[in-house]
Amino acid sequence: MNNEHKRLSGWGRTAPTTARVVSTPDVDTIARAVREAGERGVIARGLGRSYGDPAQNAGGTVVDMTALDRIHSIDADSGVVDTDAGVDLDRLMRAALPFGLWIPVLPGTRQVTVGGAIGSDIHGKNHHSHGSFGSHVLSLDLLTADGEVRTLTPDGESSELFWATVGGMGLTGIVVRARIAMKHTESAYFIADYDRTADLDETLELFGNGSDESYDYSMAWFDAISSGPKLGRAVFSRGSLARLDQLPKKLRAHPLKFDAPQLLTFPDVFPNGLANRFTFSALSEIWYRKAPKKGRGLIQNLTSFYHPLDMFGEWNRAYGSRGFLQYQFIVPFSAEDELRRIMRLIARSGHVSFLNVLKRMGEGNRAPLSFPTPGWTITVDFPIKPGLHALCDQLDEIVLGVGGRLYFAKESRTTPEMIERMYPRIDEWRRTRAAVDPEGIFRSDLARRLNL
Amino acid sequence: MIDAVGNPQSLLLLGGTSDIALATAEQYARQRPLRVVLAARPSDRLERAAERLRETGSTVTTVAFDARDPDTHAEALDKAFADGDIDVALVAFGVLGDQERLWTDVDAAREMAEINYVAPVTVGVLLAQRMRRQGHGHIVALSSVAGERVRRSNFAYGSSKAGMDGFYTGLTEALRPSGVKVTVVRPGHVTSKMTEGLKEAPLARSPEQVARIIVDSVRKGRELVWAPPQFRYVMSVLRHLPRAVFRRLPF
Repeated sequence: MNNEHKRLSGWGRTAPTTARVVSTPDVDTIARAVREAGERGVIARGLGRSYGDPAQNAGGTVVDMTALDRIHSIDADSGVVDTDAGVDLDRLMRAALPFGLWIPVLPGTRQVTVGGAIGSDIHGKNHHSHGSFGSHVLSLDLLTADGEVRTLTPDGESSELFWATVGGMGLTGIVVRARIAMKHTESAYFIADYDRTADLDETLELFGNGSDESYDYSMAWFDAISSGPKLGRAVFSRGSLARLDQLPKKLRAHPLKFDAPQLLTFPDVFPNGLANRFTFSALSEIWYRKAPKKGRGLIQNLTSFYHPLDMFGEWNRAYGSRGFLQYQFIVPFSAEDELRRIMRLIARSGHVSFLNVLKRMGEGNRAPLSFPTPGWTITVDFPIKPGLHALCDQLDEIVLGVGGRLYFAKESRTTPEMIERMYPRIDEWRRTRAAVDPEGIFRSDLARRLNL
Repeated sequence: MIDAVGNPQSLLLLGGTSDIALATAEQYARQRPLRVVLAARPSDRLERAAERLRETGSTVTTVAFDARDPDTHAEALDKAFADGDIDVALVAFGVLGDQERLWTDVDAAREMAEINYVAPVTVGVLLAQRMRRQGHGHIVALSSVAGERVRRSNFAYGSSKAGMDGFYTGLTEALRPSGVKVTVVRPGHVTSKMTEGLKEAPLARSPEQVARIIVDSVRKGRELVWAPPQFRYVMSVLRHLPRAVFRRLPF
């Protein structure tokens, strides 16, 4: 067992704290670390892609789950994979693709573990058609505060704890293993359509006219810097997994071939302030202009259609040592006016964001702390600058006012009071958690900060 | 916990009636109400300060703390940490005293040294223990430019600040591996209750101005700051003046 003190922070590189990090491929050793956690508690950590502080535990124990990384079985016929929770989605995908199996829900990066995907109940561009990750988990093995491992299923006796664990940010226990229902696919390519809109009206119109329903995957990048008439102009990328007969001849020989090159890893040399209005305006203009105005039936691989950022290792370093935060919220479809107000506020705030995603979300699942509900979700990245807290507090009020909420996997700065009101089922979740972990052994900085 | 944009959720003021400390608390509370623990000798002043801070929407508690009684410091600190983690702790107590008496009266000199040097050291050790245990935290020590090069007019006071400044500067390094941060602040003349009745010196600042520098330095993780920042250069020159010249300066 590897055991050392480390400073840990999330992907946004803000608010680091120090914890004892335990790294072991042995579940019994992890169970012992849980039993001996002490008053500062223990939390599991995967690849640290959450932006804020859910995978760190100041003064306590953090279990590095990436050491628990065996894929136990892949069943090509039923499409069920049985895997350790520390396996990341990149590896799982490479292992499953030769059997014609696809991961049913992929977030914006493959650098997340199965355990993290369950804990945050992650979603992807296909939420409107396929729901979130937790909805595809057939069973999971949870190491609980008493040091025992229980197998939980979405229905039946253990369902309450199962759904409290899905989206539960690791606070019910440590997911050590899971069975996931994969999706059958004929190829590893997408057949994609692109559209460019000139302003926010066009953007919302294109999302609202029903055209989304014909695509499994859909999202729009939007311009969050230009105010005035260009406000909310967007690039839509929408598509579905390509069938064999849709592929051009030269790709048909190896339709399940998948190679995702990493072009470069960013060194840790970027100054603060490089991410500014000037550079981000220019980037946004290029991003908008390079997209086809109306592209139809383009065959693209996963990297170009879905994961452009996975081409760059440690890209979060480009924001400098002060780091950045990602603000992701969801508001109901009825809140279009507030959506416009928020976009205007951001564009005029002096805080700049380049990686902006707008997406329609479908029905949520049974998990009390799961983020997705039907509505619009917006994601923006802001470099940390004076005054950013005031903008975010203002956005919180608008989001809460229309019954919206923030996403725990991205959250790094709101208040306990906000979360209390944004997640009306939080007390139900707390009761389930208290029953299985009465002393609150599973703790994280996120839990301390937001009083979960 | 300190969040991504640098807002702390809890603040401990050792020297809970210090003007600079209270101005700092108000500054934080204006950004977002927080939990404040005021540690000081029980008095009406302390209660009034707590009341004033509560008006910001913050939760305020008081803990009895007597700098002159080091044997009670551990207990006071335990109480201060009893309601949860402390994100930022200000070591803000100190006395100025009658400078001529301070080098001619043995009791006065000893009391000043105990408050300005011995107590910050014991408190620093205790804070460091607790913050290492909680795995995070930020200590702010209020030093003084008077300690950077002691001078005839207030050398007794200056020597105590030189001592505590050295301790906290070293503590900054000692705590680095643990992730606990320390900021040493060197204000010049601050127009506060401590300097009431004294002639205002050049570059004098209000407690609110010093508080802004403190809040900004904690957010940026600065380890040594002057208030105002120009003092850094002034002191750099003064430090290197030959004694014969330094002695003749009119302050």
